[in-house]
Amino acid sequence: MSVKLPIYLDNNATTPCDPRVVEEMIPYFTEKFGNAASRSHAFGWVAEEAVDYAREQVAKLINASSKEIIFTSGATEADNLALKGVFEMYSSKGNHIITCTTEHKAVLDACKHIEKLGGEVTYLQVQPDGLVDLNELEKAITDKTILISIMYGNNEIGVVQPIREISAIAKKHGVLFFTDATQAVGKIPVDVEADGIDLMAFSAHKMYGPKGVGALYVRRKNPRVKVTAQMDGGGHERGMRSGTMNVPGIVGFGKACEICMNEMEAEATRLSVMRDRLEQGLLELEEAYVNGNIEHRLPHVANISFKYVEGEGLMMGFNKNIALSSGSACTSASLEPSYVLKALGLGDDLAHSSLRFGLGRFTTDEQIDYTIDAIKETVLKLREMSPLWEMYKEGIDLDAIEWAHH
Amino acid sequence: MAYSEKVIDHYQNPKNVGTLDKAKTNVGTGLVGAPECGDVMRLQIEVDETTGLIKDAKFKTFGCGSAIASSSLATEWLKGKTVDQALTIDNMDIVEELNLPPVKIHCSVLAEDAIKAAINDYRVKNGMEELVLDEKKH
Repeated sequence: MSVKLPIYLDNNATTPCDPRVVEEMIPYFTEKFGNAASRSHAFGWVAEEAVDYAREQVAKLINASSKEIIFTSGATEADNLALKGVFEMYSSKGNHIITCTTEHKAVLDACKHIEKLGGEVTYLQVQPDGLVDLNELEKAITDKTILISIMYGNNEIGVVQPIREISAIAKKHGVLFFTDATQAVGKIPVDVEADGIDLMAFSAHKMYGPKGVGALYVRRKNPRVKVTAQMDGGGHERGMRSGTMNVPGIVGFGKACEICMNEMEAEATRLSVMRDRLEQGLLELEEAYVNGNIEHRLPHVANISFKYVEGEGLMMGFNKNIALSSGSACTSASLEPSYVLKALGLGDDLAHSSLRFGLGRFTTDEQIDYTIDAIKETVLKLREMSPLWEMYKEGIDLDAIEWAHH
Repeated sequence: MAYSEKVIDHYQNPKNVGTLDKAKTNVGTGLVGAPECGDVMRLQIEVDETTGLIKDAKFKTFGCGSAIASSSLATEWLKGKTVDQALTIDNMDIVEELNLPPVKIHCSVLAEDAIKAAINDYRVKNGMEELVLDEKKH
């Protein structure tokens, strides 16, 4: 077997830095180390120039103007800045925010914080395929609504929301639209103009850039959007985000965006072919199900439940060689299975039995072949060991059993 | 989370996976846990009616590696014991033997519960009183 192990299929968690990105960054740690805010000497000018250039690269990928890019430490900070910043800035207009239950924790927890500050938040249920119901969304809007926050592509199931339809509803009602596009930018075409986005969070390390840097897109025209800074200090980033610029990180982010701009289309096609092959291979198993809508989905993501085997036990069969994540409770500290899968209406048993596959730029066909074989083998082995599988095969209705909950 | 070598060994080479005939009077079956909790264990014992010793034990487990290892180990320990001796198997013995971390202690508790449930099933089938078991916290 010539396949290089271990295989990394957890690209939704983070991606490796592209070597071309690292190469761009290196000078900015050593000889070009200046503070981009130092206006009085060449070290500062060089750094500022690099940041400006990176800002152009980032803006171009999402069809924005460079002035609309606010650099942050990552998508979590950008999510917080968007939600809390809009809540504070537009408090005279209203206090109501609409989001949905499958959002990333950075959005959900920021919303909970806002509720403590007196805000009102509607958490829309999603449909069983993970998509937001547009009628429900529109019905939730009140005269107090200031913001709709719906993610672009989901990190667990890859489902891509109907962004243009959502932004049209927001516009019709004079409500701002924010999207957490962390998993989408650099993977599929994201165009803030065509998509009608007012604010958007995204991150470098999900698109082959470095960790610790991200951005918030803040629209400057039609309408001009403002957010109240959540960090006080030197007034960097047009006063919206103080703090010394992470120059090497920003340079890397810019380069990562440029690479995505040039290669995204071919990469998306390549990854979706590979993902579909992986999925088809695994669905040859009985009682295996894809979670989430398969039409409106990021090209590199698959989330599959293997009924009657438990996710963590399943991963143990191959996690020395394949890096994946599971919706099983056992893999997290919370002892609760994935809230995203539960929001789709999946029973806890199916949520416990799920694996998330995140393919990436460096995934190869050989790795996919190896993964299909390894997972199939483990599922079959564990089913032989599973009392639930035996009962299912005997035709026993597992839902009719009174289980002792513990 | 890193698993101990013993957990990995039981996971890779589980002992006594299988099914005994639950209709037999000398077979006791315990089914504990719940699919929603991510663990279900079925543990069975077969008692030799002349010697009173557990001559065979089998398990099937839906759960994480530690749950599989706990039940595999339990079946190993059960064989050759009398039913009364089997009752003395404590979950902390399993924790110690498998080096289970605190978050996996519930797997050992489940295994102990499965042993007791199997013994109770055997007792009831053989006209003995059902034991009242202390609920351990999972």
